[in-house]
Amino acid sequence: MTTTDLVTVANRRSLDRSRLKRLFTRPEIGALVAAIAVLVFFSVYTGQFFSLPGAGVWLESASTFGIMAVAVALLMIGGEFDLSSGVMTGFTALIVGVLTTHYGLNIWVAVVIALIVALGVGALNGYLVMKTGLPSFIVTLGTFFVLAGIDLALTKVITGQVSIQGMTQVPLYDSIQPVFGSSVEIGGGNFYVSVLWWVAVTVVATWVLLRTRAGNWIFAVGGAQTAARQIGVPVLKTKIGLFMTTAGAGWLVGMISLFRTSTVQANTGVGQEFIYIICAVVGGCLLTGGFGSAIGAALGALIYGMTFQGITFAQWDTNWLRTFLGAMLLGAVFLNHWVRIRAGGGSR
Amino acid sequence: MSTEAPAAAPQTPTASAVPLIEARDIGKRYGSVRALGGVSTVVKAGEVTCVLGDNGAGKSTFIKILAGSHQQSDGELLIDGTPTHFSSPRAALDAGIATVYQDLAVVPLMPVWRNFFLGSEPTTGAGPFRKLDVKQMKATTFTELDNMGIRLRDVDQPIGTLSGGERQCVAIARAVYFGARVLILDEPTAALGVKQSGVVLRYIARARDRGLGVVFITHNPHHAYPIGDRFMLLQRGESLGTFPKSEISLEELTGMMAGGAELETLAHELARSGGSAAEVARELRAEVDALPTDTASAQSPAESPAAAAASAEPDAR
Ligand SMILES: Nc1ncnc2c1ncn2[C@@H]1O[C@H](COP(=O)(O)OP(=O)(O)O)[C@@H](O)[C@H]1O
Ligand SMILES: [Mg+2]
Repeated sequence: MTTTDLVTVANRRSLDRSRLKRLFTRPEIGALVAAIAVLVFFSVYTGQFFSLPGAGVWLESASTFGIMAVAVALLMIGGEFDLSSGVMTGFTALIVGVLTTHYGLNIWVAVVIALIVALGVGALNGYLVMKTGLPSFIVTLGTFFVLAGIDLALTKVITGQVSIQGMTQVPLYDSIQPVFGSSVEIGGGNFYVSVLWWVAVTVVATWVLLRTRAGNWIFAVGGAQTAARQIGVPVLKTKIGLFMTTAGAGWLVGMISLFRTSTVQANTGVGQEFIYIICAVVGGCLLTGGFGSAIGAALGALIYGMTFQGITFAQWDTNWLRTFLGAMLLGAVFLNHWVRIRAGGGSR
Repeated sequence: MSTEAPAAAPQTPTASAVPLIEARDIGKRYGSVRALGGVSTVVKAGEVTCVLGDNGAGKSTFIKILAGSHQQSDGELLIDGTPTHFSSPRAALDAGIATVYQDLAVVPLMPVWRNFFLGSEPTTGAGPFRKLDVKQMKATTFTELDNMGIRLRDVDQPIGTLSGGERQCVAIARAVYFGARVLILDEPTAALGVKQSGVVLRYIARARDRGLGVVFITHNPHHAYPIGDRFMLLQRGESLGTFPKSEISLEELTGMMAGGAELETLAHELARSGGSAAEVARELRAEVDALPTDTASAQSPAESPAAAAASAEPDAR
């Protein structure tokens, strides 16, 4: 007890002095600055942006990307990618749509089944990556295409269409819809429940990363997998858990989009996996793993949502969004690279 | 809140005690490649067993078997007298065998305190609210390293920012803190300068004095001899035998390490081919001749004698 206190007190001063400095080495600091810049820019440039109705629009837009970006960030910190994360959002929504509208299954049961299937695919991704030793980029590219094909082909075979119709007529639809798709009106703006989900996911992910054993293991398996294994970290369990987390997040976003719009297209989510990765990298995640932040990824998604809607409000050609995203990505990668060199990490 | 190490009960070494580890004719194959064969040695509490050999001799392979990273293909591994096959590094750790690998098994980008406790993190609270005991982790890291003579300004700095010697010492301190009975060190001094090698050798001595059994892998006899109690020599995966310190001198050890006879054969071969190779042969010749008397000539002249001097009195501080 006494030695500990002594040390703590003795170190107080030096800790305090370095606190400001440490703030600037946080992974999310770049994204925070960029988010403020984007907010200020569009607030000044367009009238509607900095208002409750405006905020409702861009927060809603950011929320679903935010949930995915946070999960993808955890996975990236753990040293892996999941290219099937985008298509997973459509896949889970289609499962619920088909099971309820076509097979008449209880909607709550269908939602739970979709979650179990998603977690199963996530676990399979993780297991294949770990057992084969192949890059997750390749393994999940495979899962991505398998799921994308199933989405299109099976939906067409079973329903004869490329989207799910008639969700609102499903019994008990109204009992589950508010959980994922409800909104409240505040000052003329519509605020969706998905924003709450986004905040909750970010808070839980941050807690896990920074304050639990699992978080320590995530950083370790991404930063130096062999070292982590040698020191006794359960690498397989950690990695499979991470893949299941992104798949679970895909399910949550799938449910949110299904119950907000009461329909789902067979190609929903395809191509969005790269946006999640961009959000995570802009938020400070290293592509090589071992470094990053959940709050940063959430901020990355906020930047995406604000820019997307800001460009619409400003009535510019929305194609500029991609150019902007690409530039942000490059800026973030250069910043990360610099931080990494300063931290003295080799290629281990 | 306690800052005491959880276990690490000091043990009084007695000659008759069952060795912590005994290897009997251990062998390892990688597919058809025979990386190791016929290796026998013992590790006792409060003693240092040195494993010596050139690059590729099989030193790392041998200690990976002790550490649970690999399993032996042949022979018996006895832990406290009981035949054992470790299924994982975790299993070896649970048996009190901690390994500091050549690459140190640290995660460069993670803070020092997270690295210190990696894989064995203390927690507070219960159920879903079980969280890391961050305050204790940081304080313990600081005091444990302080005890080892490493005064960090900030345990929050990434471990990658420490020097090689400091990282080596963090890895050793970690193993000692977590109650290791056996400490395995894979070439801890290989990448270090003279002064830092001396520091690391002192920690090895300190761990030994705390009653740990130490397995010290090196290719430098000048680092091994002052601190070792017994020396096991490996050459191309074969054991040349284990020698207690009383039965071998530093000169003999160096000679066996350098493979005196082999070097001589090589010198003859090269001499016959003439030309520029003859010059190399002459140099080799000179080295072979110099072996019994001037042992340092096989080493980099600047490093070895000084390092040997630094380590000759490990407890000088
Ligand atoms: N995983 C492996 N697969 C095949 N051969 C290996 C493997 N690891 C080591 N070897 C071989 O075993 C021999 C001994 O290697 P090692 O134990 O690393 O030697 P040292 O640590 O003494 O330098 C070398 O010839 C090496 O090529
Ligand atoms: Mg080696």
